[in-house]
Amino acid sequence: MPIKDYIRERFFPHMWCPGCGHGVVLNAMLRAIENLGLNKNDIVMVSGIGCSSRISGYVDFHTLHTVHGRALAFATGVKMSRPELHLIVPMGDGDALAIGGNHFIHAARRNIDMTAVVMNNRIYGMTGGQYSPLSGYGISATTAPYGNIDQGFDIVELAKAAGATFVARTTTYHVQQTADILQEAVLHKGFSVVEVMSQCPTYFGRKNKEGGAVEMMKRMKEMTTPIGSKAKEAHPELIERGVFVRKELPEYCSEYNKIIERAQKDVMRKGL
Amino acid sequence: MSKTIKFIQGNEVCVEAALYAGLNFFAGYPITPSTEIAELLSSRLPQIGGRFIQMEDEIASICAIIGASLTGSKVMTATSGPGFSLMQEALGYAIMAEIPSVIVNVQRGGPSTGLPTHVSQGDVNQARWGAHGDHAIITLTASNHQDVFAMTVDAFNLAETYRTPVILLFDEVVGHMRERVVIPEKGEHALVERLRTAVKSGVDYHPYLPREDGRLPMSDFGGVHRYNVTGLAHDMWGFPSDNPQVVHGLMRHLIDKIQNNAAEIARTREYYLEDADCILISYGSSARSSLHVVENRRKRGERIGLLELQTLWPFPDHIVRERCRRAQTIVVVEMNMGQVLQQVKLAVDRPERVFLANRMDGVFINPTDIRNILRLIQGKGI
Repeated sequence: MPIKDYIRERFFPHMWCPGCGHGVVLNAMLRAIENLGLNKNDIVMVSGIGCSSRISGYVDFHTLHTVHGRALAFATGVKMSRPELHLIVPMGDGDALAIGGNHFIHAARRNIDMTAVVMNNRIYGMTGGQYSPLSGYGISATTAPYGNIDQGFDIVELAKAAGATFVARTTTYHVQQTADILQEAVLHKGFSVVEVMSQCPTYFGRKNKEGGAVEMMKRMKEMTTPIGSKAKEAHPELIERGVFVRKELPEYCSEYNKIIERAQKDVMRKGL
Repeated sequence: MSKTIKFIQGNEVCVEAALYAGLNFFAGYPITPSTEIAELLSSRLPQIGGRFIQMEDEIASICAIIGASLTGSKVMTATSGPGFSLMQEALGYAIMAEIPSVIVNVQRGGPSTGLPTHVSQGDVNQARWGAHGDHAIITLTASNHQDVFAMTVDAFNLAETYRTPVILLFDEVVGHMRERVVIPEKGEHALVERLRTAVKSGVDYHPYLPREDGRLPMSDFGGVHRYNVTGLAHDMWGFPSDNPQVVHGLMRHLIDKIQNNAAEIARTREYYLEDADCILISYGSSARSSLHVVENRRKRGERIGLLELQTLWPFPDHIVRERCRRAQTIVVVEMNMGQVLQQVKLAVDRPERVFLANRMDGVFINPTDIRNILRLIQGKGI
């Protein structure tokens, strides 16, 4: 199917700034879904608030644009009542890990089958460039005029520790890898986390003198390396990308189906 | 036909009624004095193939039920004051996105952590105005277990009829008190099922285009119509819009669908009002003490009556005004600083005749409390 069959052309042009990385993520996501050959009626995209979260409005799936930080909680309700549906939850870094941090770790802990895509541009874009929990120490932001003193999260480490059963990182420069990883993440049975490092030239790039979108994307190429590469040994400051965790653990909705079986057996035995 | 009679807590009655109404998804977080609702549903829902989940907090709980409702489930969450405070943002979302849902608040003393195990009716105004922005809301309450059952079923029915969250504002006394309740037979209490669109697959479905009667047929997530749901102001497609005409139309629709049907939504019980010079107005557990006072005084020949409110929002001001027209004294009995009192004063012709009999110290207001205040109002001293 051509890409235009997956989008709602009625609602274009999109509202992202020129050079924003989110369009690349949208593209990779649609390629992944196309490759998987999923029926559009079987996909529910749930998002929160922020630039990244507007992605749900543009795609021709069941789409739920919710409140800031709580997309995973809404998605949990959808998935629990209709476990056969594919849940994709795109979020920004602030959305997923500041206001939504609690829901993030608990969704990971439950290992509920959905794909959390964290579009990490290290800044609050929609509100005008404030520092996020992913900005990192020393970064300039509109609320860090003297430099940021907050330490950043490592999304991969956080997701691993919280119990996610599929954890990956990629960048908008590596668009083919992004599509491949998203494809695997959607297929994975359990809670999958995909961090996509993305660029915000409007705020992060400008405030931190990283240049325009092209320079920022080149930078992402230079500052990352495949997991376990020799380059990492020589330059430990490089950020690894690829699939970090891929494991099988009981999935939440499948486990709940067993609860239903147990409860119904109980009723058969003892009556209501 | 043999009736099912139970002697159970109000919270348990709420569960029985919710299941009777077709509840099949519940998400919640433990909080006194509502926890029995979650405990009981964790056992009962899987027995009927429904689903229960204990979320990480009350915010997640209300979010989860909204998500589940969109797939076609009948949904509920239950909490108390602090949890209800946390739910306000998503409650506003459910109002804006028009998601049928039932939110139970078994009230305890506040503000803040307040009095977790003691009674209060201090959340009446929060139920009305807790969510930010202009909006309308439906809130029901009950004083006895038979009415807890009826109001809970009604809450589900109204949620479906008006595509809106409905708040069940119970209190600790009603929630924990044990009392006889007769569970109606199937079919005895009418149920409203979800209105789903008749638009066929492949034909444009407008999720937010009201029919002539103001209702919006829904389409389940996972079905043949793929549409957008948002908490932003939106057009008939559910797509964000800040067009003033679209926003105005949306706001009018959200408010009118409830305010214009206030008479339909109003539920009250009336005791001895025909010739009453003195009318007590009360709701929830304080209506029980009020009724006790009224019946005692009737025996002594006093012309006193009780108007018990079961619908708190939209406030049934037309009924209050009409019933209180010839009363010399109106006493609002409630366990707060006069949250319904203010509404009664706005509703009646002569607000100077409206008095308050209240407690807000965590102790259940008993008939003696009311009697003492009545004596003061009537100039008889204590």
